[in-house]
Amino acid sequence: MIKKLLLLGFFLSFAVGTAYADVKTLVLDGSTTVGPVAKSLATYFTKKYGVRVMVSESGSGNGAKSLINGSCTIAAMSRTMKDAEIAAARKKGVNPVAHVIAFDGLAMVVHPGNPVRSLSKAQISSIYRGTITNWKEVGGANARIVVIQRESNSGTQESFKELVTGKSMQITGSAETQSSNGAVKTRVSTTPSAIGFLGLGFVDRSVKVSAVNGVLPSIKTVKNGSYKVTRPLYLYTNGQPSGPVKQFIDLPNTVEGKAIISELGFVNR
Amino acid sequence: MAEESVGERNRSNAFVVSARKRTLQKVAKTAGEGMLFSVAFLVAVIVLFIFYFVARDAIPFFQIRGFSEFFTSSNWYPADEPGEFGALAIIYGSLMVTLGSAMIAVPMGVAAAICLSDILPFSIRQYAKPVIEMLAAIPSVAFGFFALVVLAPLMQDHGGPLLMWAWWILVSPFLLLAVIVIADLLTANIKEEKRRQRRHWMLLIFLGLFSMILMFKVGFVLNGIQILTGTNALNVSLILSFMALPTIVSVSEDALQAVGRDIREGSYALGATRAETIIKTILPAASSGILAAVILGIMRALGETMVVWMASGNSSHIPQPWFNYLEAIRTLTATIAGDMGEADQVTGSARFHVLFAMGLLLLIISFISNLVSERIVVRQRKILSGQ
Repeated sequence: MIKKLLLLGFFLSFAVGTAYADVKTLVLDGSTTVGPVAKSLATYFTKKYGVRVMVSESGSGNGAKSLINGSCTIAAMSRTMKDAEIAAARKKGVNPVAHVIAFDGLAMVVHPGNPVRSLSKAQISSIYRGTITNWKEVGGANARIVVIQRESNSGTQESFKELVTGKSMQITGSAETQSSNGAVKTRVSTTPSAIGFLGLGFVDRSVKVSAVNGVLPSIKTVKNGSYKVTRPLYLYTNGQPSGPVKQFIDLPNTVEGKAIISELGFVNR
Repeated sequence: MAEESVGERNRSNAFVVSARKRTLQKVAKTAGEGMLFSVAFLVAVIVLFIFYFVARDAIPFFQIRGFSEFFTSSNWYPADEPGEFGALAIIYGSLMVTLGSAMIAVPMGVAAAICLSDILPFSIRQYAKPVIEMLAAIPSVAFGFFALVVLAPLMQDHGGPLLMWAWWILVSPFLLLAVIVIADLLTANIKEEKRRQRRHWMLLIFLGLFSMILMFKVGFVLNGIQILTGTNALNVSLILSFMALPTIVSVSEDALQAVGRDIREGSYALGATRAETIIKTILPAASSGILAAVILGIMRALGETMVVWMASGNSSHIPQPWFNYLEAIRTLTATIAGDMGEADQVTGSARFHVLFAMGLLLLIISFISNLVSERIVVRQRKILSGQ
């Protein structure tokens, strides 16, 4: 019995050892918005080059942290790195380099039964600040607005504040917090008086997209710049990439990579 | 023949232990005791270490920001520059769902335990208890998913009727019991049998009508309530109470079983009914065990994270009015889980330490409630043993 266990342990350590020694595994961590793109690209990449890519989605903030700590090779982020993060990275000898892989529209979504079709940036700001609390103030039914935001380590949350409400604005304390694009979609699709924001790639028929300043987000309006709530999506690497990392970063420039990105509802750069 | 003689020799030496054997036994005894002691010691040390490490990272927060903001403000904006770290609403939210789940789980759990130990026949109990304990095996993320995807929309779409039916189902047996008991008590002094019965019936009808009106009036008020958001304190309290139930039922049932047959039979022999035996004899005798069960269940609710993070809505404000369980809240555990990602040691200092301050607060709360329960148990034992 003990002999068997020892043998097992030996083989296990061997397996683990090879897994770590193998340079043919890329670890990608970060934004839940970039997640689906990264996963599809990873599947394609593995098929094409035979290099395994492990994708985790833990939020842009966690992605940055993983890159700084060295626990991932590529960090996916839906915002740029903050000065504090870059400083922390430098301190640990990590030199983060940003690569834009796609653009993403940030869609304001409401329940499919909500009659509101368009909101202005100012109205959205007031809703999230808590000064507008009823849908009838913006042309909807007489019902209190359930405001849904993302958690603090979400890049989508940061982009939303940057692009819509202004960075220094405090979102009302009664706003609910959900921890992923999927959770926001679930809450909005089941709550009649909810409002939330999603990466364009996550929008489907279960929620209704509201126009912002009269423009509906779509691949076309994001690309031609008429939809203003648009942000780049990044992959961060430690220093200029080389080898398989570079191959992966360059994937969004290839025809296949572009097809994957637009298929998922994101916009090629 | 040979075997027999060996056996006889062994038997004759059975009570005489050789010197070598005695030393061996002594060594084994010391080693065994030492091992047990070191394990117990290790557990105690681990608890102290947890306290030390959490406190070590929590104290810098209070050095940077002071005490008053944390405990008196409910402005929770840790990501802003400069950040605000008012945790009052979050502490309040934690206490609110803990209290809410205790209010559901404690009466239900204790009642279920009594039913299991003293009312149901043994054959049913054999199956019922493992089934209840199965509840504890369901992972909390599954509970959270259920709360978010099933319970929350259900509350939003049919909130009023659900509340009305819950009120009716919960209150009707109590009202019925109260009506019968009050009518009995009010007519007990009337000597003449015929008059007493007439009065009794009149009272029954009158009180019955009154309680019916009460039930329907409140029910219809509840029916009119529109639940705006399904991820609220009530949702979380309900799910947490389901999670606390197996602990409460199982531990209290053990405590009730431990009371023993002799005490029950003694009570019956003195002419007590089953209800009197349960209420006046068994429950007081098992009260310390039941209290331990209740504290364990409440601790489970206070410390639960995943369900709360998924189903509470996570909005850091105190509900309006303060007892409104139909609004979204935020708890200490969920805040630690949710804000952990960004609050890196290197990127934001107060933001990092505030989470440890919350952890320390949770530790202190559970420590105090453990101490209190310990005190109560000791006192109860003293009272029961007649000192």
